[in-house]
Amino acid sequence: MATMASEPTGIPVRVEEHPQSFIRKYIFSTDHKVIGIQFLFTCLFFLLIGGLLAVMLRFQLGFPGAALPGGDLLPDTMAPDGIILPEFYNSLVTMHGTFMVFFAIMPLLVGVYANYLIPVQIGTHDMAFPRLNMISYWMFLVSGLVMLSSFWVIGGASAAGWTQYAPLSASPEASGVSTGQILWILSIAIFGFSSLLGSINYITTVINQRAPGMTWFRLPLVIWALFITAILGLLAIPVLTAALIMLLFDQTLGTTFFLPTEGGQPLLWQHLFWFFGHPEVYILILPAMGFVSEIISNGSRKPIFGYKSMVFAIIAIAFLGFIVWGHHMFQSGMNPALGMSFMISTLIIAVPSAIKVFNWMGTIWGGSIRFHTPMLFAVGFVMLFAIGGFSGIFMASSPVDIYIHDTYFIVAHIHYVLFGGSLFAIYGAIYYWFPKMFGRLINETAGRIHFFLTFVLFNLVFFPMHGLGMEGMMRRIYDPSQYEHLADIQDTNTLITWAAIGLFISGLYFGVLFFWSLFRGKPAPDNPWEATTMEWTLPSPPQHGNWKELPTVYHGPFEYSHPDVEKDWLSQNERPDVVSPAHH
Amino acid sequence: MTSHSVDAGASRYEPTTFKVKDKKLGMWIFLASEVMFFTGLIGSYIILRWGAATPWPVPGEVLNVPITAGNTFLLICSSVTMVKAFAAIEDGNQKMLKVWLLATAIIGACFVGVQAYEYTELVHHGFLPSSGLYGSTFFTMTGFHGFHVTVGVLCLLWVAIKAFRGGYTQADHQGVEIIGLYWHFVDLVWIILFTIVYLI
Amino acid sequence: MDWSLPLNASTQGVHIDNLFWLIFWITGVAFVLVEVGILWFLWRYRARDGHKARYTHGHIGAEIVWTAVPAVTMVFLGIYSGIIWADIRSPDSFPDDAMTIGVVAKQFEWNVTYPGADRVLGNDDDFTIRNRFEFPVGEPVVVRLESEDVIHSFFVPELRVKQDAVPGMTIPIWFEATETGEFQIACAELCGLGHYRMRARVVVHEADAFDSWYDEQTGAALAAAAE
Repeated sequence: MATMASEPTGIPVRVEEHPQSFIRKYIFSTDHKVIGIQFLFTCLFFLLIGGLLAVMLRFQLGFPGAALPGGDLLPDTMAPDGIILPEFYNSLVTMHGTFMVFFAIMPLLVGVYANYLIPVQIGTHDMAFPRLNMISYWMFLVSGLVMLSSFWVIGGASAAGWTQYAPLSASPEASGVSTGQILWILSIAIFGFSSLLGSINYITTVINQRAPGMTWFRLPLVIWALFITAILGLLAIPVLTAALIMLLFDQTLGTTFFLPTEGGQPLLWQHLFWFFGHPEVYILILPAMGFVSEIISNGSRKPIFGYKSMVFAIIAIAFLGFIVWGHHMFQSGMNPALGMSFMISTLIIAVPSAIKVFNWMGTIWGGSIRFHTPMLFAVGFVMLFAIGGFSGIFMASSPVDIYIHDTYFIVAHIHYVLFGGSLFAIYGAIYYWFPKMFGRLINETAGRIHFFLTFVLFNLVFFPMHGLGMEGMMRRIYDPSQYEHLADIQDTNTLITWAAIGLFISGLYFGVLFFWSLFRGKPAPDNPWEATTMEWTLPSPPQHGNWKELPTVYHGPFEYSHPDVEKDWLSQNERPDVVSPAHH
Repeated sequence: MTSHSVDAGASRYEPTTFKVKDKKLGMWIFLASEVMFFTGLIGSYIILRWGAATPWPVPGEVLNVPITAGNTFLLICSSVTMVKAFAAIEDGNQKMLKVWLLATAIIGACFVGVQAYEYTELVHHGFLPSSGLYGSTFFTMTGFHGFHVTVGVLCLLWVAIKAFRGGYTQADHQGVEIIGLYWHFVDLVWIILFTIVYLI
Repeated sequence: MDWSLPLNASTQGVHIDNLFWLIFWITGVAFVLVEVGILWFLWRYRARDGHKARYTHGHIGAEIVWTAVPAVTMVFLGIYSGIIWADIRSPDSFPDDAMTIGVVAKQFEWNVTYPGADRVLGNDDDFTIRNRFEFPVGEPVVVRLESEDVIHSFFVPELRVKQDAVPGMTIPIWFEATETGEFQIACAELCGLGHYRMRARVVVHEADAFDSWYDEQTGAALAAAAE
């Protein structure tokens, strides 16, 4: 038996060398950790908004024609006497999707964790461009506030779906929304710039600022995922920006890109939007997969099964993600031959995702599993993402998609991958990195309650939606009772609404737990999870600059339970007194 | 405040894959996003024009090809002056750096001016963004290109001011290199635009 | 709600439903293997005193198997789906002598144009009825779908038919009903504030009943035109 490995290399900054004013330290900070935390608080707020919008639209579906509690606070243009109007319902649906995708999930995955984790996991002081990083956060905040403000303008907030299909989205006469639509477009354009600045930072930093010994194939999977995600955003978001400009001009300048009156093509909007939109959904899942890999490896006390396969799967998913966009357009009037080619690429992209699920199972297999709260959420991710993946196969088949397109079957799929998938992983990441970020622990029992409530209620809300879709319930429908084929679904919708209210309350519970723990959580040690990546060798929380002297990396990212080492983990920067493993 | 940002040229990092310093790498990455942005606009133009039921006007019918051709030549000249500016500081020639930088900025500003003039002429003749798909695509593509040139001119002036203050040396002149990259990119986009909008 | 697809009343629908259920079984088996597998592993490999986790970085054989099996399955599904897709959507699959009916979607109604006495769409004897789409069972029908304003979607659940109606385009689809009955067109693409109530009546008649209904309608149309 070899001797214990000695101290980690690299010297953490332990004492603040130059005191900064409160404003420079916490408000206009260029420190990646502060920026990450700013994103976290802002995004939790937008997550709350997105959830509230969902509860409101679910209220209409569950209790049609009933007055929303507190609804008399809303103006008569939205909900006279508290009863939601059809036009307001369309706005609710649109803005729920918009807030969740752009202002909650995406920035929680990237704005928070790319900023926070990249420098501390690869072993550097900060991002390559700290001031651009700060600008990125403030632009994000502005874009979110612009989006929020659109509820208050005449005509209300956008009501054309988060997918904004033209001509509905380009025509105030058709949609009834004018200023709100312009604000939507401006908000997302600003958001796009924020995201671009972030991507430039993340990509440059990962390529150029890895600590000595941190080769590409020693990077934690979180970093691989965030790196590839940043490239996806870099290449996809500008296409959305171009499309948004064209949409804005159609609405305000009299151009006719998407308006058929002078030869414009509505389908052009769909092609541009989904060319962005499909890589976007991989932006929404890849970082989550990175978190899950890290947490499952830690919770199982085993190296990730098939590290290289996992890396290649991430790259394959990202690359293939650029050639599947037409599967959102099978029924759009697009040439059916194109539909065939998109179907093939879509079925192929299922394969790397399946590979990842099996590798996570392989990681758990043979492990020594600790059921801490992050692990519960990470395993929950795998179970729920798998369901979302399976439902995706139905819609990948274009003939089956004829029936289920634009029904609740799609809504079920979206939420299994975005909530059961991404949000579960985000919760796991929040619990996991909370001690490092704030120097405090979240109570394990309280966290487990959050997990079980969320898991059960989530499935009660979204699993029945597969059935609703099978029955033919269309999306974005204010009143399904107008249709004979939907005559018997009210009970199901009411049940879903009750569960959704419960789910929202469990989200509030998490919010209380989060803030309570910030102030009253037990002080956290440096490495409460006994984890291998380098942030855990820094104090909780790390000081500005992270390291005085950069660490040297000796090991792969997930060296748990090495047979020659007594403790069951090895930090990446621990000087080895052991022989490196023979196989990799 | 102790500065902790380190340049990738420092030997203390893992050898980097591309051996390119941070700011230059950052500019290349930014330009990749710009390629996608212009692809969105130009790709849409191509689809709309060559998929149109009735053919669009031949370029010379509406647009002033000779003047724009001259303007294109100007922009290409400005890329030459930009190269010369970079070459000057690589040789440590502070004086010529300033001269060539100013020349680039001035020529760039002239390009924008000529474009603005062309726009006013077109509008006077009733050709607007609302003039069908032809107007829509023309003004959007050239307008955003012009916007990028304008931003480029402002950045060139910033770099020129820094040069006048002696901010660049033979050893360290990243700012000149990266504005050069941006400027050449903007020129390249224009060559493509000019070809498919004014020539074909 | 019950966990089933609605009554299947079309020839194409049979193939769609078969494919749906095939995918259901394939994913169902995978679902059970994955979920039960995970739960089993969680229990079996929970941390216990004296047990250390197995230190391994993976197994190339496992990777090959769990790459190949999904890949082969996807290829199979792709080929099967492709054949059905072509049968439904490919221009070659359109029946030659089907009655052609024009449908124009607009906020928030469906205007159905019948080809008149000569059964040819596009000349003077065509007549339009709002929100009523009637045709005979057992014979293929071609719909030429258009929109006056924004994108709508022509969806008849029991016929397993769905096609977006795009302004500026005329999109043909075809189908053949296998049962008589009354159904509805439901708009399946968000089109504005009335999207939720953009429905129309579909009636599939026995052949004779359709002929008499049709003659009645053409007669009424001629009379109306004469006024």
